[in-house]
Amino acid sequence: MTLTEAPAPLAPAEPAKKPPRRRGRLTPYWLLLPGLLWLVVFFALPMIYQASTSVQTGSLEDGYRVTWHFATYWDALVDYWPQFLRSVSYAAAATALCLLLGYPLAYLIAFRAGRWRNLIMILVIAPFFTSFLIRTLAWKTILADSGPVVHTLNSLHVLDLTDWLGWTAGDRVLATPLAVVCGLTYNFLPFMILPLYTSLERIDGRLHEAAGDLYARPWTTFRKVTFPLSMPGVVSGTLLTFIPATGDYVNAELLGSTDTRMIGNVIQTQFLRILDYPTAAALSFILMAGILLMVTVYIRRSGTEDLV
Amino acid sequence: MKTDNSGDVRLSGISKTYGSFTAVHPLDLTVPEGSFFALLGASGCGKTTTLRMIAGLEEPSSGTVHLGDQDVTHLPPYKRPVNTVFQSYALFPHLDIFENVAFGLRRRGIKSVKKQVEEMLELVQLGEQARKKPHQLSGGQQQRVAVARALINHPKVLLLDEPLGALDLKLRRQMQLELKRIQTEVGITFVHVTHDQEEAMTMADTVAVMNGGRVEQLGSPADLYENPRTTFVANFLGTSNLIEAEVDAKNGDDIVLRAGGGKLVLPQARCSAPATAGGKVLVGIRPEKIALTHADDAGSIPEGRNRLTGKIADASFIGVSTQYVIDSPVCDEFAVYVQNVERDGRLVPGADVVLHWSPAHTFGLDAAQAIDAGTEEEADA
Amino acid sequence: MPFVTWLKRHLVVIAGLLTLAYLLLPNVVVTVFSFNKPKGRFNYEWQQFSTAAWKDPCGVADMCGSLSLSLQIAFWATVGATLLGTMIAFALVRYRFRARSAVNSLIFLPMAMPEVVMAASLLTLFLNMGAQLGFWTILIAHIMFCLSFVVVAVKARVMSMDPRLEEAARDLYAGPVQTFLRVTLPIAAPGIAAGALLSFALSFDDFIITNFNAGSTVTFPMFVWGSAQRGTPVQINVIGTAMFLVAVLFVLTSMVVGNRRNKQKA
Repeated sequence: MTLTEAPAPLAPAEPAKKPPRRRGRLTPYWLLLPGLLWLVVFFALPMIYQASTSVQTGSLEDGYRVTWHFATYWDALVDYWPQFLRSVSYAAAATALCLLLGYPLAYLIAFRAGRWRNLIMILVIAPFFTSFLIRTLAWKTILADSGPVVHTLNSLHVLDLTDWLGWTAGDRVLATPLAVVCGLTYNFLPFMILPLYTSLERIDGRLHEAAGDLYARPWTTFRKVTFPLSMPGVVSGTLLTFIPATGDYVNAELLGSTDTRMIGNVIQTQFLRILDYPTAAALSFILMAGILLMVTVYIRRSGTEDLV
Repeated sequence: MKTDNSGDVRLSGISKTYGSFTAVHPLDLTVPEGSFFALLGASGCGKTTTLRMIAGLEEPSSGTVHLGDQDVTHLPPYKRPVNTVFQSYALFPHLDIFENVAFGLRRRGIKSVKKQVEEMLELVQLGEQARKKPHQLSGGQQQRVAVARALINHPKVLLLDEPLGALDLKLRRQMQLELKRIQTEVGITFVHVTHDQEEAMTMADTVAVMNGGRVEQLGSPADLYENPRTTFVANFLGTSNLIEAEVDAKNGDDIVLRAGGGKLVLPQARCSAPATAGGKVLVGIRPEKIALTHADDAGSIPEGRNRLTGKIADASFIGVSTQYVIDSPVCDEFAVYVQNVERDGRLVPGADVVLHWSPAHTFGLDAAQAIDAGTEEEADA
Repeated sequence: MPFVTWLKRHLVVIAGLLTLAYLLLPNVVVTVFSFNKPKGRFNYEWQQFSTAAWKDPCGVADMCGSLSLSLQIAFWATVGATLLGTMIAFALVRYRFRARSAVNSLIFLPMAMPEVVMAASLLTLFLNMGAQLGFWTILIAHIMFCLSFVVVAVKARVMSMDPRLEEAARDLYAGPVQTFLRVTLPIAAPGIAAGALLSFALSFDDFIITNFNAGSTVTFPMFVWGSAQRGTPVQINVIGTAMFLVAVLFVLTSMVVGNRRNKQKA
């Protein structure tokens, strides 16, 4: 007996780890069928309908017909570019704030909370169970013109600064960009905290000790060890915050004014009030394409492909 | 003891291929009833795949599996009278110890399991832990639960897939003896997969050394160690010094070889390669069989022993013995283990020495093989 | 200076707790204002303590009806999404099949899509099909967007499950059905439960997609939205507070029960 064949490089070293082969070859398809059918009919197909609607012309009374009228897209962009821009900048600001606020809390839960960990987790998740609309309305009270928050900011002359920056108007916070960004940040903060926590929790605490042992000060340890290792959480957290924030219109409607309308407000109005379906579909399509483009570029650049 | 041989495992020509990769080449193997049989090899050598084909967890690409006279090749695992102790145990995390052990009985529709389970837990000394969850037990206790869970079903054959891999060294030793005791007590066939040569040799009656999807050699531990037939077995089981030598002549039952200017004698019976004058042979000798004499005392070495000269490159004292590395003209890293009975103070690195051993301890291998087969794997294990 | 050292050491904790306060502040406000007796139609300014709304939570026209409708939709959406999503998750983890990456994208996309886009496109479909907007269109939409989240939750759990456990079950005389019921399902259960809980929360709280596809049907979030224009009754805060308390109590009890069970067994 001699060695005639070296094992192939891709040898299944541990056969147990592979998905076991079953006899029923069709089983996976049966399992997938109902759910995927649902997604195809009620998610993918509507996208196609929407694409088709966006190049139709006509009127509500006479009906719409596909005329490949791409000018709708151009008109939509020309008419509503400020809202697009505003959506992206508000969402970006809210995402940055979420990261800034959410990271310490996620870090606290992962490394410093000890026996309070579960309680804090519950407190982060529990607000989910109160309708977000009710909670958003509460910000109207918190940021009310005569409320303590505005009063404090005013006496500290913070509002003068934000007014000068164009974030607030006069002595008010409500109905300004600041209020909308504040609401967006609040609404999507848990979507930042949870993925951050998940990836921080996986970090071996001994890595901090090792870094300290190797002459890294706490801040250097954070920059060189903890933060890079939490990148998957940062990436999925920013995506989970940025995407819904861009399309949101609830905060702009409840906490903002006509000057803070985002693209979501426009789509909603076009669809549900003005009933200009082609324009609404075109706007929605541009938003979708823009977000997919940004997400793809972002994921490519951050090198984290495995989000699902 | 049963006498119907229903605990025999017979593998005839079984093989397993995944796409273009052959995990197990066609293999014939018979494990007699009541024996403790070990499949030994490095990871990826096909030993686990072979075990899984016996268990029914993997369907052979060709060949048949017989238990006694019954052909079980196409029976699903839950219909085979065979049970497995899985690597890292695979205890059901959602069930307590009692229910884990009772699982097999309940699935076969046995209603009153209490007495049996309790007896089995007593056997593995876990009676107190019946209501704990697996994660609350130590590694050694989990291992015993896994054994109890399999044994309670009175299988014809018990399959053990690296059952001690997750335990620390001391506990592993202890469990080796424990498993051996249980096997003697229950008397059923054990087929044990391991990459640890010491474990295989301690526990098994018969060891099959596997490499690259083939059985390299099969035999009792002592036989495998003393008479390896391939360089892989020679290197994987313990350490061997292998020297390339040229066949000079045959002298009765011995073969006379030339290596590095000197002559070595090898009993014909211990040479697994065809030896024709002028041909090459690999000469092997185990490190502990070699005696070391300082060059100044070379005259005191008895006649008739194989001898080589060299210089001590390194010496490490490890208690019971001292392990030397000798730089010699035929091999630059000759390993020699000398018992610490009377230590010669002159045997320090740099000293010129003569290595000598009895020709009866020499073995010969086919020179066409890779001389270092099985060495890296051994380093990993 | 010891104070500065202390501050430095606990900076993360302080920042984290401030964020937590930011997260919880609205809930505090909601709770406090559930005891308010507002002057006008809007409940944004504190006037006077009153338990009137707590004594009569359904005292506002249509509110409790919308609440019950939302609960029903959330229940059925959870059932549907959990069932379909679990099946997909098992197929993805356990089997090899064609077009795997296409399936993965189809599941990922709904999560990466702004709600308003899905809402608008689904409405286009319903309009084109001439579907009657209402309970069924809402339910369809909710199952659609909850599905992906269930898949992710269940998939994570099933993937981390040791495949040897099922092999052990088969080795111990459990046939395919028994193996699934006795081993696979119980071990996957926490993932399925997490997916179901998430579905319920998402469906119950959804406004944007519902608003597009509800027609004249009014769910609880839509009722709140409408009241933001017409006037916010205190009862909304009562419901919000009650939901928060129920959620916290639910989680706390399950934790205490879980702890006690573990202790008893230890």
